Amino acid sequence: MLGLNRKDLTLMMIVAAMTLLAPIILNPFPSDSAMAQFNAGYPDLMQRFVIFGIFAIGFNILFGLTGYLSFGHAAFLGVGSYSAVWMFKLLSMNVIPAIVLAVIISGLFALVIGYISLRRSGIYFSILTLAFAQMSFNLAYSVLTPITNGETGLQLALDDPRVLDGGSSGGSLPVTQLFGLEMRATTQLEIGAWSFDFNVGYYLCAAIMLAVFYLAIRIFRSPFGIMLRAVKSNQQRMNYTGLNSRPYTLAAFVISGMYAGLAGGLMASMDPLAGAERMQWTASGEVVLMTILGGAGTLIGPVLGAGFIKYFENIFSKINDNVLHSWFAVMPDGIEDFLVTIVHPFVGKGWHLTLGLMFMAVVIFLPGGLVEGGQRIGRFVTGRRNKKAGGAEAEAARKQPAE
Amino acid sequence: MDAIILQFLNGLDKGSAYALIALGLTLIFGTLGVVNFAHGALFMIGAFCAVTVQRLLSLSYEVEVEGETDFLGNPMTTDIPYVQSWFGEAIGQGIIDWSVPLAILFAIPVMLIVGFVMERGLIQYFYKRPHADQILVTFGLAIVLQEIIKQIYGANPIPTPAPEAFRGSLDFGVWLGFDPNTIIYPYWRLVYFFFSAFIIAAVFAFLQFTTFGMVVRAGMADRETVGLLGINIDKRFTVMFGIAAAVAGLAGVMYTPINSPNYHMGMDFLVLSFVVVVVGGMGSLPGAVLAGFLLGILQSFASMNWIKDILPGIDQIIIYLVAIAILLTRPRGLLGRKGVMED
Amino acid sequence: MTKSNFTRRGVMKTGAVAGAGLALPTYLRAQESFTNNPTGDTVTLGFNVPQTGPYADEGADELRAFELAVEHLNGEGDGGMLQTFSSNALEGNGIMGKRVEFVTGDTQTKSDAARASARSMIEKDGAIMISGGSSSGVAVAVQGLCQEAGVIFMAGLTHSNDTTGKDKKANGFRHFFNAYMSAAAMAPVLEQLYGSDRNAYHLTADYTWGWTQQESIQAATEALGWTTVNNVLTPLAETDFSAYIAPVLNSGADVLVLNHYGGNMVNSLTNAVQFGLKEAQANGKQFEIVVPLYSELMARGAGQAIAGIPGSQNWDWKIENELGDRYKGTNAFVQSFGEKYGFPPSQAAHTCYAQTLLYADAVARGGSFNPCSVAEALEGYEFDGLGNGPTLYRAADHQCFKDVVVVRGKENPENEFDLVEIVEVTPAEQVTYEPDHPMFAGGALGECNPGA
Repeated sequence: MLGLNRKDLTLMMIVAAMTLLAPIILNPFPSDSAMAQFNAGYPDLMQRFVIFGIFAIGFNILFGLTGYLSFGHAAFLGVGSYSAVWMFKLLSMNVIPAIVLAVIISGLFALVIGYISLRRSGIYFSILTLAFAQMSFNLAYSVLTPITNGETGLQLALDDPRVLDGGSSGGSLPVTQLFGLEMRATTQLEIGAWSFDFNVGYYLCAAIMLAVFYLAIRIFRSPFGIMLRAVKSNQQRMNYTGLNSRPYTLAAFVISGMYAGLAGGLMASMDPLAGAERMQWTASGEVVLMTILGGAGTLIGPVLGAGFIKYFENIFSKINDNVLHSWFAVMPDGIEDFLVTIVHPFVGKGWHLTLGLMFMAVVIFLPGGLVEGGQRIGRFVTGRRNKKAGGAEAEAARKQPAE
Repeated sequence: MDAIILQFLNGLDKGSAYALIALGLTLIFGTLGVVNFAHGALFMIGAFCAVTVQRLLSLSYEVEVEGETDFLGNPMTTDIPYVQSWFGEAIGQGIIDWSVPLAILFAIPVMLIVGFVMERGLIQYFYKRPHADQILVTFGLAIVLQEIIKQIYGANPIPTPAPEAFRGSLDFGVWLGFDPNTIIYPYWRLVYFFFSAFIIAAVFAFLQFTTFGMVVRAGMADRETVGLLGINIDKRFTVMFGIAAAVAGLAGVMYTPINSPNYHMGMDFLVLSFVVVVVGGMGSLPGAVLAGFLLGILQSFASMNWIKDILPGIDQIIIYLVAIAILLTRPRGLLGRKGVMED
Repeated sequence: MTKSNFTRRGVMKTGAVAGAGLALPTYLRAQESFTNNPTGDTVTLGFNVPQTGPYADEGADELRAFELAVEHLNGEGDGGMLQTFSSNALEGNGIMGKRVEFVTGDTQTKSDAARASARSMIEKDGAIMISGGSSSGVAVAVQGLCQEAGVIFMAGLTHSNDTTGKDKKANGFRHFFNAYMSAAAMAPVLEQLYGSDRNAYHLTADYTWGWTQQESIQAATEALGWTTVNNVLTPLAETDFSAYIAPVLNSGADVLVLNHYGGNMVNSLTNAVQFGLKEAQANGKQFEIVVPLYSELMARGAGQAIAGIPGSQNWDWKIENELGDRYKGTNAFVQSFGEKYGFPPSQAAHTCYAQTLLYADAVARGGSFNPCSVAEALEGYEFDGLGNGPTLYRAADHQCFKDVVVVRGKENPENEFDLVEIVEVTPAEQVTYEPDHPMFAGGALGECNPGA
């Protein structure tokens, strides 16, 4: 079905089910319980999960297939955000033109940078992309302020023209919408002690992610994808057979740049602001980490990696001492304070520490990334019955001599 | 003319910092083939060795001051460092004053141990793993090291002044026949420059003129063959890792009087040091040093006012622009070897 | 079994059913309708401060002040500035009888992360007010978000003119002073210290705050008769300023103005002192360095380099002791902060504490948590007893007008919390400007947005 083989179809179905039910799956704890701190099913974070998922899927098309490690992918995300916000300012609050423009502009940007950077390979390529991205960031922060609004970030203003919407809408800022359906509209469903948020913006992002995930599967399985894998395994041999690999890698670069631009456009559509730090090397590094953490070269890995990092950033950073005390309140005083002291360095302002430790733990114990972790659990559950099938993708992932 | 000499001197100084950091990185990255994102953290730990020594030397006991109260109305206390009560006030203060140079003695063993532990405990299992895994594990390690320092010392920069004798600056211009105050240069920056030159020379001499260095160089070129000859190359690589850590750490120690250290200073230098190493060419030690000085000097020139007037913002991007230009004209950087980290 | 209802936790909702795309009427509730209307016996405030990155220590100090303010609002501790505050609407029983709870988040000093954190507070935790922050970029970004979401934003440390200038918002309020006020306050003191015949060389951080700071101080000093020799923009990411400082001494300038903040300021000042600028002579005068915006933490980072360097502050913990009763509230706050944490508060802590109290007081006086009611209660509000002397929250731009403290680095500080001495206090009238002053023009408050 859909041109997918059975295994991919199953994966696609699982991903579809997970994203559609995310508001429920991510809120496993009753909203008034102490554990509600770990609930991630609120619109902003769910949107971030899928948007960064898109970003990472796109990155993986380049890195996972061709092995070219771009260290400047955040530039495309930033360019996408800026184009989208400009569309909201000048044309209309409808998200469609914004997203379309974001994809086109970032694609063009990727074409130029890719054309130049792909003249080199390996680490030299990485540094070229890094240099382009850092230049974009530095200029956006300072000299290009008329276009980017610098440090503050590009925001909507009351006096923006918005040609299609007929200019200013009174005293309050307009909101992003899809033909009248506001992105921030949320319906809340309460079942017993649980409450679930269903947000329009999230479902738009989720639908787009499913579409581009499907596209990514098709690319992975297409002759084009196989050509890209050939670039990774031995580019020299490929060249000797008379094939010019450059057009293929450039196409992969542009496609993954467009994915990044799409993510940037969606980000701006969910929250109309574009800040320069989206293009900084740390942001580029983040998507690299997401992809490796999840499992480079696998289909679902990058999405898992993105979710993992964003979860830590948004959930762990909000746990403060008060929350800790409320968790351990049932313990006797001495033990409560002791436990709070033990946990304290790893949460709240120490969330970076936990993240760093998790990075190390994953790469040491799960060489194939989170995907391998999932497969190990899967194998453990289903016994040795499916050993052959389950091990296939992990095997493939392990074989990637990723650069 | 004087402005150009001035910026050239500045560039030498900036460049010596870049070169020193890049030298340590290229020992690990360009030659052992490990993408070490924790290198900035090593530099940072070195800087905090200086802070630690300063703190240790200023360890004090409290004495109540008669008749005065602090802001809460409690009796006022003042701190008297132990070294002052042991050696007398003048000598004690002198020792504290020299804490940064003294920290070198402290930093060398500490950094060697950090390097050994890092290599034996973690990195050695990653020599054969994909570079992607190396990035992830060393980045994780860098975050962890950084956060540990933050938990101990806080996030604020900590002032670590140079000894009194090296404060102030030298009027260089007068020697060259210019008016006073046209070319001035802080003493400590001169010290930094000569210190870097010394360390760089020492590392080169070690690799060039000792048997150990010869084996290591052979190992860099062809690890397997050297191993087949019955030489335990792993042990030597561990030592090299320790030396690289020490070089990064010493760069950090000596840098503290120039800029007050804080816990994320390593990340600020990380990207830059990768750019320097790659522009210099993978696997080339002289390349890294050369690129460090080149980029430092060009960056200084780019911050000159008349250049900024013509090209606003050029100082923000000069390093990256030069990196792109060099990598496009010279495929393997300035002095890179063929086949290192190219696929 | 399934019931669908709208509670305070339903955020930014307009009642559209997702997926089906059916628009339902927005206001289904009988009670007043605004975002996160607290219906239980507690009310949640969101404190969004930098907990990682270069400003983490400043964020930690802000958080301490917030915790103290919440304690005092709930009637715990010694009450702090509640005792000296000119308004008596707060009774120590929370806000309007609802116990105050709070959630914290990490801005990372990045607008994106700050907005994500604020959105999670609003959407997940039901926060009705967001406060905190340590840079103007973040403040402007979060202020914009709060405007859209329909909650009140009580800015923390943000000094750019834009926060209450071209980026002002009806739901946002700033207690902290701004670049224009710094410059206006510094000018008379600079004239008194260094005379009216000076040549200034500016190094300016190359982003919005730096530019507004530089523009303000240049205008103020030129009005004194100073000339501006040069203004050089320095990259934000720069750590070594030697290349920018080296040419200063030979440029004909005799004053260096460092329009830097945070790590930039620590490094540029340290570098300037290394180059011997403090001891140098130029144009037959002693060379001087000026840092328009001071912060205690940055002073601590720069160490001995700050001795004798003038700058401005929003508030200083010694001000009531040194300048008397006009600044009452200061000692009460310092006392309760010092007793709880063991050291005196920074100006960032003070402004955050004051903002929390002001918000709670405005709710109590207006009798509602509705942001529009809060805004109305704060607009044009005159108060006293929060440590800054008589203060006005101007209705036209939601900026506080109060005295500005001009300080100077101490030559021989006794401890690391007592690094500056107060030189002068410039009265509020001298730092007040018209709402349509060119440096603040270009934006509009808009209408208050209650969300929902």
